[in-house]
Amino acid sequence: MSEKEVKNMEDIFEARIARDEKIEPKDWMPEKYRQTHIRQISQHAHSEIVGMLPEGNWITRAPSLRRKAALLAKVQDEAGHGLYLYAACETLGITREQMYEQLHTGKAKYSSIFNYPTVTWADIGAIGWLVDGAAIINQVPLCNTSFGPYARAMVRVCKEESFHQRQGFEIMLTLCNGSSEQKAMAQDALNRWWWPSLMMFGPTDAESVHTEQSMKWKLKRKTNDELRQQFIDQTVPQADILGLSIPDPDLKWNEKEGHYDFGAIDWDEFWQVVKGHGPCNKERMDARVSAWENGTWVRDAAMAHAEKKEMKNRKAG
Amino acid sequence: MANTDLYNYILGIADNSLILGQRLGELCGHGPNLETDIALTNISLDLIGQTRSYYQYAASFSEEYKTEDDIAFLRLEREYRNVLLVEQPNTHFGFVIGRQYLFDVYHYMLMDELQNTKDDTLQAIARKCIKEVSYHKRFSGDWLKRLGDGTEESHQKMQEAINGLWRFTNELFELTESEDAMIKAGIGVDVSKMKEHYYAEVSLLLNEATLQVPERKNFTSGGKKGTHTEHFGYILSELQYMQRTFPNMTW
Repeated sequence: MSEKEVKNMEDIFEARIARDEKIEPKDWMPEKYRQTHIRQISQHAHSEIVGMLPEGNWITRAPSLRRKAALLAKVQDEAGHGLYLYAACETLGITREQMYEQLHTGKAKYSSIFNYPTVTWADIGAIGWLVDGAAIINQVPLCNTSFGPYARAMVRVCKEESFHQRQGFEIMLTLCNGSSEQKAMAQDALNRWWWPSLMMFGPTDAESVHTEQSMKWKLKRKTNDELRQQFIDQTVPQADILGLSIPDPDLKWNEKEGHYDFGAIDWDEFWQVVKGHGPCNKERMDARVSAWENGTWVRDAAMAHAEKKEMKNRKAG
Repeated sequence: MANTDLYNYILGIADNSLILGQRLGELCGHGPNLETDIALTNISLDLIGQTRSYYQYAASFSEEYKTEDDIAFLRLEREYRNVLLVEQPNTHFGFVIGRQYLFDVYHYMLMDELQNTKDDTLQAIARKCIKEVSYHKRFSGDWLKRLGDGTEESHQKMQEAINGLWRFTNELFELTESEDAMIKAGIGVDVSKMKEHYYAEVSLLLNEATLQVPERKNFTSGGKKGTHTEHFGYILSELQYMQRTFPNMTW
């Protein structure tokens, strides 16, 4: 294609996005659009898969059968999200194996929140309430994003995430209505998960390198700071219902702005974790890599068996 | 008929689901690929769901334990009635599949027969369970064939697992006193009668998977009478951790 033709295609493409039309896998798209989507969707899929680990950590120790079943179902949902996000991403011309390779070598990122440990049962409540709560705010706008397979996957993901968020809040509520030990456990979990949850919205707008282009492609509808503010405004009253204190002495309602003002986020910590030096980065990657490596013989066997079966069928046919 | 026999009979079935569900729960997030990870978690979820139905029923007339959670979390090791097979560790994926298949074939036969019980609640549970168990059996049987008749390495690993687990299979068909009493009452299933059918079905699939069928000797048992393997205490220490650390609380 000549430069002029490419420019022409790009104009048509941008006009389609402006009209809110969905872009489908076989449609022409600029290479940068394709690469940006591979980056974001695979990162999202990886987050689901790595996110199974901190929660999976409590399946065998869940305090009641009802909680055990709910947690199993929840972690299974996360795996399902990973599955259809990987599938959506594959339509852009990358295989699941390539995406795993990028994850295992550190080339692809996943949400840093999962590099924090789940040390008590209350962490399972806090993850549902705060982490899934933040994820929903990040993800609801993606139901209308321009790339069709991603938008459709997100409709289902958001429905399930919303259920998880309510479930997490309900765990917290049960703890807060329980014994003093249970309430202390809930407060401790909030103390540890609050700031990392705020970091889930990414760097401030001034520092975010991808925001402008992503807004143009409707891969983002609101900026990081807008979404973070929305999360805080929504979550503080929920903490009040629980009777828990948000661990931020600077948090106060700003009547004039109609928002909560909040304290400074420790961005050094954020970047440390992003760069691989969080409390559990190594454990998460080790777990993923060893699951993959220990599973090689199983995947090989499945392939070999399928080939044998096909050969037999061919002979018979 | 004493309620104790019915209670013990229900637990004899339910504890298998609990302990196998617990074992599978350990694997969540660590499967060889996403699809098997989801499937095994799903089987675990089914088994825990079944456990809840049985324990709720047992708790409804138990004098000692008032809730499903009391039964699940507050018993002593010697009071769990599950067979030794389901408590065996997730040594590798071949053991996971082997354990599952060897249990699923039995479980399916049991649920199939239990649908004819005189006990309405057990009948209702069996009718729900059989749909789930038929899927479990298909999943584990398919994987057993893939691994047995896959690569040389997978064949060897699958054979190792079958050989290792085989000695626990005969216990499935041993009758306890409570089972005897429940069979006489028209409530329980006479599992001892399913034995030949079981070994025939399992042998057929092992042959199809190009695996050797081990000899039917040197069996071991004890779980149904509450004498477990050394693995069991560790399973309980995780399972009961919260309830033991924070007694009498609502979660």
